[in-house]
Amino acid sequence: MRRVAVIGVGISRFGELWDMSFRDIVISAGTEAIEDANLEGREIEAMYVGNMSGGRFISQEHISALIADYSGLASINVPSVRVEAGDASGGVALKEAYISVASGIHDIVIAAGAEKVTDVGSASEIMDSTIDQEWEAFPGASLAGLYAMMARLHMHEYGSTEEDLAGISVKNHKNAVKNPKAQFRREIKVQDVLSSPYTAEPLKMLDTAPISDGASVLILAGEDVAGKYTDTPVFIDAIIQSSDFIALQSRESILEMKAVKTAVRKALRMSRCELNDVDVFELHDSFTITELLLYENIGLCRHGEGHMLVREGETEIDGRYPANPSGGLKACGHAVGATGIRQAGEIVLQLRGDASGRQVQAERGMAVNIGGTGATAVVSIFRR
Amino acid sequence: MVGITSYGTYIPKYRIRADEIARIWGENAEAIKNGLGVYEKSVPDIDEDTATISVMCAREAVKRAEVSRNSIGAIFVGSESHPYAVKPTATIVGEALGINSFFHSADLEFACKAGTAGIQNCMAMVESGMIEYGLAIGADTSQGAPGDPLEYSASAGGAAFLIGNDGVIAEIRDTLSYTTDTPDFWRREGQPYPSHGGRFTGEPAYFRHVSTAAREIMERNNLKPEDFSHAVFHMPNGKFPVRVARMLGFDKKQIEQGLVVRYIGNTYSGSSLLGFCAVLDIAKPEDRILLTSFGSGAGSDAFIIEVREEINSIERNPTVWEKIKNGVYIDYGFYAKLRRKIRMG
Amino acid sequence: MLPRFWRKIRYRYNLIGTECTNCGKKFYPPRNLCPECRRKSRIAEVELGETGTVVSYTVIHDSSESYKLQKPYVVALIKLDSGPSVISQIVCNPDDIEIGTRVRAIFRKYGEDGEEGIIYYGTKFEPVI
Repeated sequence: MRRVAVIGVGISRFGELWDMSFRDIVISAGTEAIEDANLEGREIEAMYVGNMSGGRFISQEHISALIADYSGLASINVPSVRVEAGDASGGVALKEAYISVASGIHDIVIAAGAEKVTDVGSASEIMDSTIDQEWEAFPGASLAGLYAMMARLHMHEYGSTEEDLAGISVKNHKNAVKNPKAQFRREIKVQDVLSSPYTAEPLKMLDTAPISDGASVLILAGEDVAGKYTDTPVFIDAIIQSSDFIALQSRESILEMKAVKTAVRKALRMSRCELNDVDVFELHDSFTITELLLYENIGLCRHGEGHMLVREGETEIDGRYPANPSGGLKACGHAVGATGIRQAGEIVLQLRGDASGRQVQAERGMAVNIGGTGATAVVSIFRR
Repeated sequence: MVGITSYGTYIPKYRIRADEIARIWGENAEAIKNGLGVYEKSVPDIDEDTATISVMCAREAVKRAEVSRNSIGAIFVGSESHPYAVKPTATIVGEALGINSFFHSADLEFACKAGTAGIQNCMAMVESGMIEYGLAIGADTSQGAPGDPLEYSASAGGAAFLIGNDGVIAEIRDTLSYTTDTPDFWRREGQPYPSHGGRFTGEPAYFRHVSTAAREIMERNNLKPEDFSHAVFHMPNGKFPVRVARMLGFDKKQIEQGLVVRYIGNTYSGSSLLGFCAVLDIAKPEDRILLTSFGSGAGSDAFIIEVREEINSIERNPTVWEKIKNGVYIDYGFYAKLRRKIRMG
Repeated sequence: MLPRFWRKIRYRYNLIGTECTNCGKKFYPPRNLCPECRRKSRIAEVELGETGTVVSYTVIHDSSESYKLQKPYVVALIKLDSGPSVISQIVCNPDDIEIGTRVRAIFRKYGEDGEEGIIYYGTKFEPVI
């Protein structure tokens, strides 16, 4: 096994990209990444693409072939794999890409994520497809409804409040002001969140990440070849995927995300470091409560104390555990399959010192990508 | 000795007052309440229909009976608002009761007397030894066209009876039916609301059939009105049953307990049955009850029931009148939404 | 959708799940394989009763087209007295429910496949007064 480095990052604008088709969005991010890596393109040996909804929304299966084609790689017959794991599709694509390089099978590969949601009617139903259709969706639960139940229980057991959750949204919006690729780049106030309409009580519209169009691309290279293309390789010390019961009712406690706990434990061990050695985090805030529960399940604090971190400002950019300096899913937009790659891309930029305006002094960074209500978790640890 | 082993009832919890309906249509509420004898009616929730009502009252009957589910050999559901025109409600009830699949079943239709027709079927099957227990259900979620007088009375509810000859709480001594081709009230296939003959539904239809069936069954059993502790007649409104009772020689006290129509409206196939259950709720051993249903088209089923000792050992709570009282009042707008009278998109 | 719904009718109309007689764990929804015992699983059907307690709940305001006439409505995670938990709707006023409320199973309509399609029935819950 050899070490794997990220040698190129490309992130498209996220948002309602009416003028761009699925292919257009992918190319824009891909071109940026290839240029960033000083590649011609012919060096790419394989592509791993995270995409959740192509078949459902633009009736396009065989996405892998489409992307390879329009990336100019089908002309040189590069293998392409489409990865689906709900909104952890990007994270899992990155993991598969990593394995192919670490194992020595490939030297240089693309790990990408892309989603085009605005070509169809209802984007919120997209996310509902990640929950158990027969036993959660059929009786009328939505993804928001399930996370709302987690939020309600947390508030009941530990005294967290809707204000605490709003604080997470406010933080992420503030951070995104300095992120040119984010969908929303204006600050909001706690009062704005509290007065937004309920989607599933106690979660409100501004507790919820918007579902957006977008694409992100990373170029991975084996340690021995990385130096040819970049002076600032960022290494993936570990990337671990883990699973949990898909339906909330099957889990012992709905506040415990066992997939996250397992993945963090294994990732820290593989990276030979402790949680305190990690300086910056990109956490999956599909809802504000998701980010809060991640603080607890990653181990930044104990169960029931996540809201204290918010109240004390510990997860602000200048806090002890800077979380979502990019603006997170809430302010960047959640382009489903692209999110996992975008998160990793942000960590890479942070570690390179290229995140101007929202820069954290960091040597190690962690990205956590979640599928649905936590049935899939991908935890990656990067080092400068 | 064939009779009722157990019974169960279900009334949806929403109520709308006649005052509220009259308010919307600009009608005189007091005149309507006095004329119809209906003050308020039950309204089914958006996710209720004849199948859900049938299941709920059937489950109560089965639970109270303490018999093995698999000894139920037949299920008949009588209604004029079956959810499917083709696909019997009885199959849904059977599945929801969790009984094994070897049972006779069919749906019945005879306007408001389909439930009592089911009781007669079960009686015959039990008496002949074909089955051990039979389940007969009368349930409806009837609709009245907006602005039509029927809107004040067409309501929802159901009752279920477990018929057997073991552990009987009330014996059915005799039953009789009187049937003619009388077009007093009908609905053509595919039409959402029924049509009726106005005043024609009175004397030639309701009164003729109910009184003929009641008189004949009393005569052939050598009984007179004073031999009965209670009488229950089909209740299309609060006036007809009172009038027919007087015509037949019954006094107000005998029909009071079963007169549920004033507060829940006409539950069609559940109407006389719910009134009868209200009587069973307070009946004492040796009480004799006359039950006469009426279904438009037209026909009446009459029953003479004698209550047994065993009635004291069956669970009769919550009672029908308790369920009637536990209503939640709604306004016409919410009513129109629940009854899907609003044209969507 | 038709065969898929039909296959599970008996488990939706009544709270019937499965039990692994090897370790005693009960499951709802029913499982054919015990996640603890895997190859050593011995699965049998089991009735799960009709009462339980609310573990958590939410009021859904933002719903799909099929629930337009019902919103806002309550969805809850209910721990059945017999052990397993279930996600279901509770028919009640949102103000009448809280964590810990006791509930009982009732039979209601969940929806339909359009005006011409089949009707989906199943188990919902109501508060026990």
